Amino acid sequence: MSAAPAPAVEAAPPPIHTISLFVNNKPGVLVRVALTFSRRGFNIESLVVSPAAEGRFSRMTMTCRGAAADLDQVVRQLAKLVDVVHAIDHTGDQSYEVEIALVKVECPLDGRTQILQIAEHYHARVVDYGSEALILQLHGSSEKLDACLELLRPFGISELVRSGKLLMARGRRVT
Amino acid sequence: MQAKRLPTGGELLVRCLEREGVEYIFGLSGGAAMPIFDALVDSKIQLILVRHEQGATHMADGYARATGRPGVVLVTSGPGATNTVTGLLTALMDSAPLVVICGQTITPMLGKDAFQEADVTGITYPVVKHSYLVKDARELPRVIREAFYLATSGRPGPVLIDVPKDIGQNPCAAEPADVELDLPGYSVPGRGDPTRIAEAARYLSEARRPLLYVGHGAVISGAGKAITTLAEKLRAPVVNTLLGKGAVDETHPLHLGMMGMHGTAYANKAVVDCDLIMAIGARWDDRVTGRLSDFCTRAIKIHVDIDPAEFGKIVQPHVAILGDARLVIEDLVEQVELGDTAEWLALCARWRRQYPLKYPKQGGLRAQHVLARLDALTQGDAILTTDVGQHQMWAAQFCRTRRNRHWLSSGGAGTMGFGFPAAIGAQFAHPDREVWAIVGDGGFQMTMNELATAQLHRLPVKVLIVNNNYLGMIRQWQEMFYDNRLSGADLEGNPDFVKLAQAYGAKGLRIRRPADVDRILREARAWRGGPCVVVAEVVKEDNVFPMIPAGASIAEMLIEKPRHRLAKPEGST
Repeated sequence: MSAAPAPAVEAAPPPIHTISLFVNNKPGVLVRVALTFSRRGFNIESLVVSPAAEGRFSRMTMTCRGAAADLDQVVRQLAKLVDVVHAIDHTGDQSYEVEIALVKVECPLDGRTQILQIAEHYHARVVDYGSEALILQLHGSSEKLDACLELLRPFGISELVRSGKLLMARGRRVT
Repeated sequence: MQAKRLPTGGELLVRCLEREGVEYIFGLSGGAAMPIFDALVDSKIQLILVRHEQGATHMADGYARATGRPGVVLVTSGPGATNTVTGLLTALMDSAPLVVICGQTITPMLGKDAFQEADVTGITYPVVKHSYLVKDARELPRVIREAFYLATSGRPGPVLIDVPKDIGQNPCAAEPADVELDLPGYSVPGRGDPTRIAEAARYLSEARRPLLYVGHGAVISGAGKAITTLAEKLRAPVVNTLLGKGAVDETHPLHLGMMGMHGTAYANKAVVDCDLIMAIGARWDDRVTGRLSDFCTRAIKIHVDIDPAEFGKIVQPHVAILGDARLVIEDLVEQVELGDTAEWLALCARWRRQYPLKYPKQGGLRAQHVLARLDALTQGDAILTTDVGQHQMWAAQFCRTRRNRHWLSSGGAGTMGFGFPAAIGAQFAHPDREVWAIVGDGGFQMTMNELATAQLHRLPVKVLIVNNNYLGMIRQWQEMFYDNRLSGADLEGNPDFVKLAQAYGAKGLRIRRPADVDRILREARAWRGGPCVVVAEVVKEDNVFPMIPAGASIAEMLIEKPRHRLAKPEGST
């Protein structure tokens, strides 16, 4: 009898960090930012880029998994980029976070009761009610979206689009 | 009356460069850059035509390191631009201010695989401090001003400007003018935070075995004088990194020489035993710290740097002071008390006597001997540049740098082929100074085509080729760690370098015996008619010691070749 290999102890994945960047709205900024992550083999889990209140600046909100010390170094390197005005790791901050998702569930008309119950519970809106599929619009914290999607998965999610996390620091603190 | 002709974008660009005080442009022409080269015909800026674009970048780098002023490069699109990548990396890793201007295909053809098109801004993102793709000639005055400011301020570095041919060719209504800098994401640290400086002063005054660890940042900011005053007041010994050579005079009694992988034994022993180590413009490189978990575990660490991203990158300091090294140290000197370090200095002096740098005096011509003689003859007055490898480490050990900006070597990138073109750049910057490129036979062959450039301008630059017909450092590692299984180390097929020099019209001299060293070096020094290549035919199999194997701790330093077989190093390279 051969001994079965010992089950590998699954290490907890490194924590998710949410980083906000305030940058010049110029060509190439996104590449410079992305290279700062990819050089270390980090994967950007989500990314939102949009104009800031003043048009010559843009906002980037990104999430990334990694050890705190490594991410701290990445944030310093980001802040060093000439086109980055500031970079802040908001992990553990009291900030307001929200994400939007569109999810398409393929399901005949007569099998939708449970799906609609889940949607109601999560305050999701039905934005398209077709004969073979419906589209739900979810919004809330990323964790809430994850939970809702987990419940919908058994019904067959055929398409999913998430906005990525948006974040704003509360009070007078800077995002 | 005829209307005044509008300048082309190329002419505007060249006027902006004149406004920045550019003396020399190191470049190689090509189709996409022709409008800019054309504008140079009417400019007082001197164009130095090179033989390969890599040479241009290292010349500009040598010029920059020797003066502190930015080195300027002009090349064409596609392969012309990609040939600058090694030079950009070299400059970025060692914080040298370069402005590299590349021609590019015309704007309507961008991204359409035009002839000699390359996505140069894309290719170079990771090796520049910043870069620009100019799509409107009216932006040129701002772009040029920003590029020079970014290249030279804060932690210096290379900036690339990609200029499409139509931007250079077409008439443009803009004028070179004073441009207000608008860089909201960029700030340049100056003086340090007084609270941190006071904290550092307290630690320094209390330390019994303090050590000042001086890097390239000290050279760049001109902090040497202030550091010397600080060392004398604290009575603290000084060590420097490979690139920190010359900030503080290496012949100063408190100076223990270079630390790190091939540093002096006494410098490294001081690093192991110090109770406080202060990094001044240095970044705790792996060549310096050895195995990090064993590095100065009990010592207080103070870190002075102009780049906030360096704090905690490798070593978590007790005190981090953000600022210009010279300004920080000048403020610090005021606050420290006279050090009580007699015992510590006595210990360092004992190490210096016990473990001097040495090499076998028998068995043929040794690089160490040639370099020690060069040091004795030049007395630190010459600017020395090096390539990368054994000759570089021997030069660092045996040529003691007495003055700031007199030691130019590729440290971070470790670029073979750097030394000779860097010496050309330094010679252009200082026509009356003696400049020596100390190179190996391997590295020299990577950029020796620039002999044509040096000969054309009758530059009195000297090249000392430490010729062992090997990639010597590779051979040393294979001997020590790979059972002497030599792989890709033997440079069989080398040319006769003396004849090669002569083929370019340069002077060629050869040293074969130790007895010839002084005579030949004197002859080379006296020759001012153009470049002079001195080939030292040194013993083939010689090793650089002391040595800390990569990834080992400093305490495991090898003073001489061990009898036992060594494990393969764990360190990066």
